[in-house]
Amino acid sequence: MSGDERTTPPGPGPAFVGMPAFPEAARKAVGDATLRANLRHATHTIRDKRARAVAELDDWAALREAGKRIKDETLRHLDTYLLRLEEAVTAAGGTVHWAADAAEANRIVTELVKATGESEVVKVKSMATQEIGLNEHLEAEGIAAYETDLAELIVQLGRDRPSHILVPAIHRNRGEIRDIFREEMGSWGRPAPEGLADSPAELAEAARLHLREKFLRAKVGISGANFMVAETGTLVVVESEGNGRMCLTLPETLISVVGIEKVVPTWRDLEVFLQTLPRSSTAERMNPYTSMWTGTTDDDGPRSFHLVLLDNGRTTALADEVGRQALRCIRCSACLNVCPVYERAGGHAYGSVYPGPIGAILIPQLRGTASGVDASLPYASSLCGACYEVCPVAIDIPEVLVHLRGKVAGQGGHRPERAAVKASAWVLDHPGVLAAGERLASRTRALHPRRAPGPGIRRWTESRDLPEMPAEPFRDWWRKNRT
Amino acid sequence: MTDSRARVLARIRAAVADAPEPPAAARDYRTSHTAEDPAALLDLLHENLADYRAHVHRTAPDGLAGLIARLLAERGARTVVVPPGLPADWLAAAEAVRRTDEPRLTPYELDGVDAVVTGCAVAVAETGTLVLDGGPGQGRRALTLVPDLHLCVVRAPEQVVASVPLALPRLDPARPLTWISGPSATSDIELDRVEGVHGPRTLEVVLVTGR
Repeated sequence: MSGDERTTPPGPGPAFVGMPAFPEAARKAVGDATLRANLRHATHTIRDKRARAVAELDDWAALREAGKRIKDETLRHLDTYLLRLEEAVTAAGGTVHWAADAAEANRIVTELVKATGESEVVKVKSMATQEIGLNEHLEAEGIAAYETDLAELIVQLGRDRPSHILVPAIHRNRGEIRDIFREEMGSWGRPAPEGLADSPAELAEAARLHLREKFLRAKVGISGANFMVAETGTLVVVESEGNGRMCLTLPETLISVVGIEKVVPTWRDLEVFLQTLPRSSTAERMNPYTSMWTGTTDDDGPRSFHLVLLDNGRTTALADEVGRQALRCIRCSACLNVCPVYERAGGHAYGSVYPGPIGAILIPQLRGTASGVDASLPYASSLCGACYEVCPVAIDIPEVLVHLRGKVAGQGGHRPERAAVKASAWVLDHPGVLAAGERLASRTRALHPRRAPGPGIRRWTESRDLPEMPAEPFRDWWRKNRT
Repeated sequence: MTDSRARVLARIRAAVADAPEPPAAARDYRTSHTAEDPAALLDLLHENLADYRAHVHRTAPDGLAGLIARLLAERGARTVVVPPGLPADWLAAAEAVRRTDEPRLTPYELDGVDAVVTGCAVAVAETGTLVLDGGPGQGRRALTLVPDLHLCVVRAPEQVVASVPLALPRLDPARPLTWISGPSATSDIELDRVEGVHGPRTLEVVLVTGR
């Protein structure tokens, strides 16, 4: 490639900057019938499968509690475990780098790639590298970063954003994917086969052919990791397609960018998470491939290994006594699949790479709540608690949401909510006023609009109807019938 | 860089300075969900491997060479990678052309080979998983990744354990480890599972029992 030509498809713009607040983004998504059908099908399929996979283990509750406690203990002594990890990785031939924020991590990775003299890298799906916007940064530095996970490839070729942690192209159906492959593959490598149909098997085959030439010539691989074992210096990547193995095994240089909260103390701790993660995530007893490596090995895999430990807001979350439990997350995405809000709004409305309930508590902590979308995220929930029920490390997401709402309300903004809460507190303290109000409301119900009037609160009813008023207040009905 | 290390560590220490000591990790989950009966374990391994679309076969040791030869022929494998330390008699009856990894095969050369035959370090019955650790008869990781057919031999009962908690102590974290549960797969398109993406699209497993 020469001049100003791009080496990878342009993304949809700087990562999520200037996203509208959740309610506006969600309103658009809720009006998209195809998107809602795709999401509903996908989330319902996976949540039922997950329930069956979990039911196979009669000690699930004990595994969940163990996972929670291991993570809590790790976070309490995170400095100790990171130092132990650094020592073990270094002793095994790896090099450890520390990145305080996204810019620093991007700079470190860019310098490492440039030092190899290469201008392209193959990537394993990694939430951390999406979080820091690594691909766009590398592109700007003249380095092509190819996503190799099928869904990430669909997103990258479609100039799109991921909308789910596990299946980032969940918002696309097979017909849309076929069109993206037909139109885009040829511009960035081997074109899609002639007459490509839209069966998932044919689409997977097209991806296999398109990516194979990139794997075989790759000299640099970039990954994240699901776990890092402090005791042994071992990194763990769980995956399904084998693209992970390709990126971790074939290149000469491997760079792994991993959030500092991904460390676990001991080798034995994996016995908990290797049981809970696959069942919670893909609803399998075990995912097809899990790779574990410790530094470098003579005659097997990359000759040089770099681990970039990423903070990027994690220590801010760690300082919050309620919010820090979000750092237990093992990125299984079970909470997305059971969430009634995610199912309807989709992943893009959350305005970050971490959508769904976990994103609603993680992002405001990692990025702060200065922007409109980030301040609105703690409200992107009905607090039904389904996310907490399925979480394999027992993160009490509703508890953190309420805690974060308190923080957002405290910084100003959300005035209608605060005014409403104040007014209702006064009414509830004055039972006579409440009863009179209820009767008045019942008698005038024929006149009630389907949409709420007035600025601020009208928006609440733009995507839903107001509930119908009963013919008689409950308290009157109770007095007549039960006393 | 050194500064960031100190900065991150200082931030961590400040963040948790007042945090209470959490309760100790409880390990009251099961070590295994299956009775310690070798025949039942082997059946469970067989069932779970097959459930994730591996093709599973059983044989006594004296039938192994013939079975391997037949499976390679049925799949049309004309070339096969032989990892260092693979027992010589395993491929005694196979007609496929043998390729050794000395000197190291390039990724392109590996891509031109049809199949690979290996042993394994341990197999996990409850999850239908084979674990390779690069020991004798297994080779480096790329050998079982690039060819489209992987034929893996498991010696029962000695290589079969019930569960993940029983598998981990038998593995050496210093070695590169690959846990394989069925052929490569994806559910990325409408959560419809498709077997065979980048890893071997066909996984043949031979369970060898008896002496």
